[in-house]
Amino acid sequence: MSVIKKAIETVAHVMPDRDRDKLADQHRFLGQPIDRLDGHSKVTGAAPFSAEYPVDGLFHAALAYSTISRGAIKSIDTSAAERSTGVIKVITHLNAPEMKVPKPISAQGEPSAGATEVRILNTDQISWDGQPVAIVVADTEDRAEYAASLIKVVYAAERGMNSFEEAIPSAKKPKQVLGEDPEVTNGDADKVFSSAKNRVDLKFTTPPYNHNAIEPHAAIAIWHPDEKLTVYDTSQFTAGTANSLVDIFGLKKDSVRLISTYVGGGFGGKGCLWAYNQLAVLAARMTGKPVRLALSREGVFRLVGGRTPSQQRVAIAADDSGHISAFIHEGVTAQSTDNNFPEQFSFPPRHLYAMATYLIGQEVCEVNRVANTFMRAPGESIGTFAVESAMDALSYQLGIDPVELRMRNEPEKDPVSGNEFSGRHMREAYRMGAEKFGWKNRPAAVRSQREGESLIGQGVATGTYPMYRMVSAARVRINADGTALIESSAQEMGMGTATVQTQHAAELLGLPMEKVQFDYGDSTLPWAGVAGGSSQTVSIALAVQQAAEKVLKELLSLVHKDSMSVLKSAGIDNVRMANEGIFRKEQPLVGETYAQILKRAKKDFVAAEHTTGPPMEIMKYSMHSYAAQFCEVRVHEQTGEVRLNRWVGAFDAGRILNPKMAMSQFRGGIIMGIGMALTEETVFDDRTGRIVNPSLAEYHLPVQADVPPIDIVYTDIPDPHTPMGARGIGEIGITGVAAAIANAVYHATGKRVTSLPITLDKLL
Amino acid sequence: MDVSHNGFARISLHVNGVERSLTIEPRVSLLDALRDHLGVPGTKKGCNQGACGACTVLVDGERINSCLALAVQYQGRNIVTIEGLAPSGVLHPIQQAFIEHDGFQCGYCTPGQICSAVGMLEEFRSGAPSAVTKNGVPGDLTDAELRERMSGNLCRCGAYVGIREAIHQVYGAMKP
Amino acid sequence: MNNFTYSSAIDTNSALKLFSESPDANATRFLAGGTNLIDLMREGIEQPQSLVDITRLPLAEVQQLPDGGLRIGAMVRNSHLAAHPLVRQKYPLLSQAILMGASAQLRNMATTGGNLMQRTRCYYFYDGAAACNKRVPGSGCDALEGFNRIHAILGASSKCIATHPSDMCVALAALDASVNISGPSGERRVPFTDFHRLPGDTPEIDTNLQRGELITSIDLPASSSGLPSTYRKVRDRASYAFALVSVAAALRVEGGMIREVRLALGGVSHKPWRASVAEQFLQGKKPTPDNFSRAAAAELAPAVPRKHNAFKVELAKRTIALALSALAGDAPSSNAGGAR
Repeated sequence: MSVIKKAIETVAHVMPDRDRDKLADQHRFLGQPIDRLDGHSKVTGAAPFSAEYPVDGLFHAALAYSTISRGAIKSIDTSAAERSTGVIKVITHLNAPEMKVPKPISAQGEPSAGATEVRILNTDQISWDGQPVAIVVADTEDRAEYAASLIKVVYAAERGMNSFEEAIPSAKKPKQVLGEDPEVTNGDADKVFSSAKNRVDLKFTTPPYNHNAIEPHAAIAIWHPDEKLTVYDTSQFTAGTANSLVDIFGLKKDSVRLISTYVGGGFGGKGCLWAYNQLAVLAARMTGKPVRLALSREGVFRLVGGRTPSQQRVAIAADDSGHISAFIHEGVTAQSTDNNFPEQFSFPPRHLYAMATYLIGQEVCEVNRVANTFMRAPGESIGTFAVESAMDALSYQLGIDPVELRMRNEPEKDPVSGNEFSGRHMREAYRMGAEKFGWKNRPAAVRSQREGESLIGQGVATGTYPMYRMVSAARVRINADGTALIESSAQEMGMGTATVQTQHAAELLGLPMEKVQFDYGDSTLPWAGVAGGSSQTVSIALAVQQAAEKVLKELLSLVHKDSMSVLKSAGIDNVRMANEGIFRKEQPLVGETYAQILKRAKKDFVAAEHTTGPPMEIMKYSMHSYAAQFCEVRVHEQTGEVRLNRWVGAFDAGRILNPKMAMSQFRGGIIMGIGMALTEETVFDDRTGRIVNPSLAEYHLPVQADVPPIDIVYTDIPDPHTPMGARGIGEIGITGVAAAIANAVYHATGKRVTSLPITLDKLL
Repeated sequence: MDVSHNGFARISLHVNGVERSLTIEPRVSLLDALRDHLGVPGTKKGCNQGACGACTVLVDGERINSCLALAVQYQGRNIVTIEGLAPSGVLHPIQQAFIEHDGFQCGYCTPGQICSAVGMLEEFRSGAPSAVTKNGVPGDLTDAELRERMSGNLCRCGAYVGIREAIHQVYGAMKP
Repeated sequence: MNNFTYSSAIDTNSALKLFSESPDANATRFLAGGTNLIDLMREGIEQPQSLVDITRLPLAEVQQLPDGGLRIGAMVRNSHLAAHPLVRQKYPLLSQAILMGASAQLRNMATTGGNLMQRTRCYYFYDGAAACNKRVPGSGCDALEGFNRIHAILGASSKCIATHPSDMCVALAALDASVNISGPSGERRVPFTDFHRLPGDTPEIDTNLQRGELITSIDLPASSSGLPSTYRKVRDRASYAFALVSVAAALRVEGGMIREVRLALGGVSHKPWRASVAEQFLQGKKPTPDNFSRAAAAELAPAVPRKHNAFKVELAKRTIALALSALAGDAPSSNAGGAR
């Protein structure tokens, strides 16, 4: 651990906690199953996505991509493309102006969103198969795309590191993994393991995956006089993307307005700046026209990175009663030659079980592939597959029920950091899930249930995902008409941001929801962090709360000047915001509405902005959400086809703010996990490093028929150290899913599949 | 219009009850004609190759993938998009049920899901079988039937369960 | 997609005329439902200069033939065909196979004739940057040593290991259908199993349809009517996925002996694979699981697996046995691929 980090953690431990958020116990809007506020616009097709903004005189850009993974461009023939009907410009590394490489994605300080260090269109060097080599701008999209297909490139190809397997021997321990040590140890886990009586030792592989949001990435770039720029984009990080565009093009701060009101799914794939938006801006600059660049589905596969493949080993030793005496989790992920993202698969066991000794660490190797990036629960999704499959194997070896085995290893404190848990109710989640699922009726023996031609099995696994909070800003404004405006550059990609932030602000300010407007998705608003790490809801809520406190102080200073006010002697500690105004805590009927205060003070509004401090609470406490995933599979005995009969997800994720939308988040995560477990894989041709199946026809997302009935239960116990008592819920749903399915397949068939996806050929 | 000249075709499309004329290249898909030429972008482009269903529209009441349809082929046909399902401003029951059951998250596949559901219910009502229909005669719209019949519409947010609940509710309400 | 000249025909004669009048027959295509051709054009694999739209041709009827068979117009949509009462009643195998392919939206667009003209889903055929003898004759085959999980195990060549993607065609192969064709030199009729070709040295030629010829209808013989049948499809997803292996089977047992058996396989070859070796083996034998397995083994004996598709050999054997057993009454007839 670095000296600086150690110092910060020490400070974190002596700093006082924030007061428990009183909103955690309020139920007027928070905790209610309120319909999505943007529902009407989405079901009528009125919600505009980034490619759909009507812009006069819009031109269209299309990309040509490299077809080698490593080497140099020897020559590039654009003549046919230039002659093609409707084409006004072809841009390559030969005529593109110098652009700065954006800083890697970060929400700290000046936000940035870089995905790769590759100098897109500013170099003749090729680093991955799919790297853009030319942009064609034409008057229609069809014409641009056709002309792009006419570009001929001659390469001086070199042999790239195209295969993950081949790269594994060169893997190294990274300096850090998401700010954490790449390896943590306690005692001599190897020694304990090798002399233990009860042990499992399994190797796992997970393939590359792609996010495949149904909306492909698209941006419209419009330059204005004075070097100002408007970009309509589909982004999980408006602030970072806008600020990186400022850097790339050497513009004045705040000269870029990036608008991203609706995002057609992200899942991590729209967090970084994946060059299409940069190239739309470049094309607009070089043609003097507004330009749209909408990626094809294949283009998304070629240009936007996905989840790394991994190879993992989990070795666990336990005594006869199931208590873990040694836990070993190690393995390798891949990253590209031009980015730095060792996906944190080794994080889950650092927080899950009481372990006498442990050795938990990871390495990373480099491949000539598109830069990998975060995809829904990076680390925890693939890490829990390995860890929880191994725990399942251990349960059979010990003859202890898999649920019971986990309960026996519940830790009192975080097993690695030694920190107290902020709120851990794993036992309750398991109890609720097991009851809903009917776990007690499950026969312990494998291969003991049958339904027609299929074998039936039930499996369970733990899911876990950390609580993060990002430094974020928000502005709160209360108007003289009694309405409030909340502003943040935050992102809405289906999580329900707009709705839940409106619920929160209405609850906080004591207003009906109709009187609260939440504006978001615009980089000119106060900067929110990236919509990632399941952090957005609480990150913005805290900024709103702290800004609202400033507004309250401002309002109180107004009433204090007013001798007529019933609040003139009231201090901030003896009032609360309620009933559309400020009222005394002890005398709830004594107070004034915001409208009364502001009208008398002859003010149109009061407003305040606030940027939150860093998340010291997660240094002090072990803050995580948990899941108990239960499922039943049927495996065709002859063909090996695996289908799901039913699912129960039980969650301990703090307070649930909107049960209707939360249900969708949990189920959505589970369904992405079903794809991860059974059908999805981005196939790279190891000879060339080229993606073989860059299409939704051959990359198999789960369809309706693959998805069983899914029941969700949750503890709904507020976390005392988070805004509203909530922890994020965007990612916890996918964790543990692949393991639960693999474990159910084992229960059904007696076959343990350790490589994803569990396709039928692995069960024949 | 039978033959295109100079690379362009002047055609007329009947969209959401209105006859719209436009001059386009024959290669323009019905999807792009709607989104980029007629200003009705509610129909979505997810894969542009018939593998996701986001572009689903109704043609003479039947659901099709507009990305694989050339606009020139669809003259004289009655085309209904998501914008045409609530012409008077009152939501179609399927639209309303999608809101109530949270049958979407990001909303991008939603117009295709809804058009598909409307077409599907009509198919089911007409007695058309599906791959899971036993003995070729559909009985009730079971979950298995619904899941199979709606499998042409991908949803990456994973709103499938809400979508099912929404369609079941509307089907239940329209049963005699 | 390149731009092209578009024309629309009103009947077979005008379609053939428009085709023959196009400047370059090799760069002219008939356009029906478009579900495959438009996709291939967008990928740059097909780059026609002229399209002749045949969707308005009066070939959208299913008619009963005097001998009790059925004639299916080439422009009958897949969904209409699958739902047609006569098809459901007399040839449920065809209805079942169609409904297991693609999605409802695609079946509403795709036509009977067009279904026969589908091209392979081989990844390398679809990728303009890859070597593919089917796309560019003589360029090589990247699938041979590449990722070939979905590729052929029967009847492939060193030039091509692509598979035919259709489900409907597998049923038609089993049903002894025939294809009616109109062309510049008149009309002809081709047995369905002779319509598609094995790759051999000319994988670029999928079918025996000549340039400028048009499929007008498919005939189903009365002899295939009413056979107990089943279509079994094994795939990675429960719906909306191409077959890894599929089996169209029909079986008539009389007096404890197999009197008639029809068997065709999908997902295993460059064409819908009529399993005549297995059929001959079973003729006159008892409908036992053992005989079914031995018949399947005989059919698959010449299979040549590749690095990633070796599982298909065993899968095909088992699926054949499952389909036949279901028909013989030894197993439930439910399809494992479907939702419960």
